[in-house]
Amino acid sequence: MNDMTPTKLKAADFATDQEVRWCPGCGDYAILKGVQRTMAEMGATPENTVFISGIGCSSRFPYYMETYGFHTIHGRAPAIATGVKLANPDLDVWIVTGDGDGLSIGGNHMMHLLRRNLDCQVLLFNNEIYGLTKGQYSPTSRVGTRSPSTPYGSVDAPAEPCAFALGSGARFLARCIDTAQKQMPDILKRAHAHKGASFVELYQNCIVYNDDVFGAFTDKKESAHTQIWLQHGEPMLFANGEKGIALDTETLALKVVDVKDGDWQAAGVRVHDERNKVMAGLLIAMRVPDFPVALGVIYENPAPSFEQDVRTQNVEASKGKVVDLEALIKKGQTWEVNQKKLREV
Amino acid sequence: MATKLKDQTAAASEREAVTVRFAGDSGDGMQLTGGQFTQSTALAGSDLATFPDFPAEIRAPQGTTFGVSAFQINFGSEAIETAGDAPDILIAMNPAALKTNLSALKPGGLIIADTGEFGPRNLKKAGYEENPLETDELKDYQLVAFDISAQTLESVKEFGLGNKEALRSKNMWTLGLVLWMFDRDRQPIRDWLHSKFAKNLDIALANEAALNAGHAYGETAEIAQGLGRYHVGAAEVEPGLYRTVTGGEALSLGLVAGASLVDLPLFFGSYPITPASPLLHTLSRLKEFGVTTFQAEDEIAAICASIGASYAGQLGVTSSSGPGIALKGEAMGLAVMTELPLVIVNSQRGGPSTGLPTKTEQSDLYQALYGRNGDAPMPVIAARSPVDAFDCAIEACRIAVEYMTPVMLLTDGYIGNAAEPWRVPAIESYERRPATHYAGEAVSPYKRDEKLARVWIKPGTPGLMHRIGGIEKNADTGNIDYAPANHQKMTDIRQAKINGVADTIPDQGFELGGPDDDLVVVGWGSTYGPIHQAVKRARRGGAKVAQVHIRHLWPMPKNLGPLLKDFDRILVPEMNTGQLKTVLRDQFLVDAKPLNKVSGQPFKIAEIGNAIEEALS
Repeated sequence: MNDMTPTKLKAADFATDQEVRWCPGCGDYAILKGVQRTMAEMGATPENTVFISGIGCSSRFPYYMETYGFHTIHGRAPAIATGVKLANPDLDVWIVTGDGDGLSIGGNHMMHLLRRNLDCQVLLFNNEIYGLTKGQYSPTSRVGTRSPSTPYGSVDAPAEPCAFALGSGARFLARCIDTAQKQMPDILKRAHAHKGASFVELYQNCIVYNDDVFGAFTDKKESAHTQIWLQHGEPMLFANGEKGIALDTETLALKVVDVKDGDWQAAGVRVHDERNKVMAGLLIAMRVPDFPVALGVIYENPAPSFEQDVRTQNVEASKGKVVDLEALIKKGQTWEVNQKKLREV
Repeated sequence: MATKLKDQTAAASEREAVTVRFAGDSGDGMQLTGGQFTQSTALAGSDLATFPDFPAEIRAPQGTTFGVSAFQINFGSEAIETAGDAPDILIAMNPAALKTNLSALKPGGLIIADTGEFGPRNLKKAGYEENPLETDELKDYQLVAFDISAQTLESVKEFGLGNKEALRSKNMWTLGLVLWMFDRDRQPIRDWLHSKFAKNLDIALANEAALNAGHAYGETAEIAQGLGRYHVGAAEVEPGLYRTVTGGEALSLGLVAGASLVDLPLFFGSYPITPASPLLHTLSRLKEFGVTTFQAEDEIAAICASIGASYAGQLGVTSSSGPGIALKGEAMGLAVMTELPLVIVNSQRGGPSTGLPTKTEQSDLYQALYGRNGDAPMPVIAARSPVDAFDCAIEACRIAVEYMTPVMLLTDGYIGNAAEPWRVPAIESYERRPATHYAGEAVSPYKRDEKLARVWIKPGTPGLMHRIGGIEKNADTGNIDYAPANHQKMTDIRQAKINGVADTIPDQGFELGGPDDDLVVVGWGSTYGPIHQAVKRARRGGAKVAQVHIRHLWPMPKNLGPLLKDFDRILVPEMNTGQLKTVLRDQFLVDAKPLNKVSGQPFKIAEIGNAIEEALS
């Protein structure tokens, strides 16, 4: 056994001795760093933490975390996590998945995990491409994406991860960018603090197969105009406070308004309310260049979690019942045969 | 076995065994009637076996031949192991039931038909030009036809039910008549009616009235001419406490017992599928035994959640039928690779694809043995009867935990739905082998014991954090390792571990006969009953034939090869196109000959008997 003297663990304590094998410059490095830092800042207990992944570049993640880890099969991490959490609700479960793993082959499990509200954190690394299989277009790739499997450009409409999650019944939605190291720990801590399924979409750059696909809003020079970092209870301002998000009550659509002299109220800028599901749906849909991309915690509305409800029902249903295996198998209409031969006319 | 039914007097006649088939529209409650008659038969001390045979459609159009639901019971004062080849008595509630079941009836057998349902409409739906009750089509049988519908309506008149509702009691009227025929006590059925309809006293009383009326009708012998009264004595059985049990119930109870014997909470992840769903239904009511049930979004999630539960320290079990097992294939490989305990129950049905969902078959043997990518060895065991499913479930749990491996447990639709008397065992007679979760010094997750089982480290254990996964791991460190020599080593270890299971299973014995016989009949699964009866009869007739029935299909008992090699003639009856036959040939280079049937119906004793005769000629 380890010496159990509580010592504050550092980010490096959450790194394994395994060589990290993502392509040089991959956005996954930054996310790994952000997650390890978050773990240290939260004071996470390594033995109670489990990282569960499917298949894909992102799914190598557990091997680099000095916690418990399960690298499962393609798309099935949510299903494995459900069993883990039902068996031991005390474990802190993190699911690491990608756009292909979580929304294509594993889309069904993702939907049901979210609607059931299993208490866990889902980190979906969205790079809009299949990296591990060498660059085919993914369910989040934009129309026209040229890839080995779509040499003339993809023709199918992409899925929007947060809209999918919201539609599936997710009660915590957040977005972050791989390189946004300043914001990432706070967002992950919020996701962790949320009881129930927390869905975090991380825009992750694939330097080899889809480099700079999010450049339109991740470019630091333009970020003041292309990103809006939401804060609950704060006005939705961006462009250094010169612009804000307002609601056109005629069309029930969002619009960008200019804010003069900091008077956001006069401009009709709305205050971000994480509990407002309708607004969450509108914020998710904002796209550059007409809008900034909504980042940070978009929606949170807690409800009892699945594993707790299952546990509670198991306990309730067992109340007053005698646990007697012998009696169980003897249940029903029984009869006794006393002597070997029992033949009557 | 039953002789031809000739008795037409009202005096009780002693018979050794009788086979009765109830057949009617799927809305007529034939399964319920059969189930209650089974209970009554068991309480009377007869040995019995049943065969429920129902359509895949929930409510097929009324009166049609494909909407016919049947329930066959064979019972007697001698040991009963099959549902009987051909019924002595057929109860046909409508023309479609007569049409689809007549060919099964023994020559000279008794038909009881409800004339009230033999109107022009129903006759047409069943494809009859003329009413067979009025032509000489049934001249080779005894026919007793009267208006059961009208009799039922009359008997429940006082309860003021609507016509449709009143006719629902037809099955109880018929059951009353059959109870009279076999000299049975009505009280258990009355008790059951009152508990079933506890919240609706009128319905309980109406059904009871119908039951009594049917019984009284039989009693009034001059009206029911042709209805004999039969007495089937109690069977010769071992002393003890008995109950009836279906394979589905026995298997569920066996899983609960199996988990308890290895001292682990049971996690059951499943997705509804015929005929496997009864397991989920039964286990979801047993939460007080530490059972968690999870109805997953699909078959894959069901097995994955079970793997997750095993990873977290419980005993994961998943259950399905062939099509669902196919979907679980990749996850089974994950359980093989990560070496986690898991029990996978396959309640086989007719295949391929959707196949025959409600009919029985044992055609998933190849799937069980070989149905995964890569070299993915997995122990496979098969239940032979409803009662045997209890012990097999316990055995599957033991192997899964002791060897840190997924185990496939095969049963089928016939075993699952069929009932037989069960001498309830004492739980103390089973060995307890509590599982251990490792919590010692830091070790590799692939540290193995003498059986090659790896350590089971639950997440939550301090100081033992590690990563597992479907990617090949280094045999010593547990880190990812694609090196050629390492993969060879790990593949060999996985193989050797499963082969080693043979060290803890019993030697293969003979059910009947021995090495000196001229022919051995080898079976597995639910063909046990007909094979056993056929071999027994052949031996009575002087044939030198032995029976071997295999429970452990992988790995096979160590002595099975030498045992089979002693025989020049090996006959393998199977409800598939020869899967065990091929495995036996492959494993032991023996000249196993197939006897195959894939009609969705169990073997008849006579079919196997004929094959034995032929093999010996």
